[in-house]
Amino acid sequence: MSITWDSVSEGDEIGSLTKKPGVSQLVKYAAGSGDFNPLHHDYAFPQSKALGSIIVHGRFKYASLGEAVSNWLGHAGRIRKLSCQYRGMDFPDREMSVGGRVKRKYEEHGAKLVELELWTTNDEGKNTTPGTAIVELNA
Amino acid sequence: MAEQFEITDEMRAVIGQESPPWTHEVTTTSVRAFARGVGYTDVVYFDEDEAKKAGYRSLPAPPTYLGTPIFIPGQSNDTFSGPNHGGPRVKHGLPGLLDGGTETEYRGQICAGDRLTVVSKLAALDVRESKSLGKMLITTTETSYTNQDGEVVALQRSQAIFY
Repeated sequence: MSITWDSVSEGDEIGSLTKKPGVSQLVKYAAGSGDFNPLHHDYAFPQSKALGSIIVHGRFKYASLGEAVSNWLGHAGRIRKLSCQYRGMDFPDREMSVGGRVKRKYEEHGAKLVELELWTTNDEGKNTTPGTAIVELNA
Repeated sequence: MAEQFEITDEMRAVIGQESPPWTHEVTTTSVRAFARGVGYTDVVYFDEDEAKKAGYRSLPAPPTYLGTPIFIPGQSNDTFSGPNHGGPRVKHGLPGLLDGGTETEYRGQICAGDRLTVVSKLAALDVRESKSLGKMLITTTETSYTNQDGEVVALQRSQAIFY
């Protein structure tokens, strides 16, 4: 069932994703995005050694926020704006949850818009990637 | 960790300078590679028939995917894949790099088959201090993505943290 304007209420949660990206997933993300910063795959890289580990790409988390929105939207509209801040590092092989909530539902110049509050939470419950999306619904 | 760091006039002079344009390609293979990298299971990003059924011209670019910079040895950055000559360059001498934040505004649809002309400029420089990383330089870069029909399909503002 597609999302429609009438089916959305402020406060609704969008379905969450659970991820546990390991090195293999990060290597796939590196290949798909073109970001081959060794900090995301090479434990011998000086910055990784200094941090004690490689870390998950911030942009992987950003793209995962987009994935959660895309899954919720089911192609029944389009994303107008998507933003996030990288507030904390995430380490490989740790579970993270990607989710969001409808913050505001409003019309602007005839467009049916929904503002979403987004997050990724790590296995200690900390929100490491707060984000926002503005989505325009088709109907 | 940097104890002291100041923004110099030489660094400030880079603000507002535009990079030369560079091409990003969006292909069926590159869309699938990105979608796999993120971990999508939605077949619309993988199967062209499903994409068309969902109303797209071809495989749509997943959110945050703005094409893959064409790679040419000697001209492209081996680590980040973008052009070496492109992008506003601030000489700061700080070795560490982290992503600060990203905002993308979509103005049009991006699908496999598109060729995007990408131009970026440095919008702002700030210095902040963190307990763990010391003095940090925050750069804000604005990048525009224009498709083969001359339509600006996306604008991105991104913050990088150098420490």
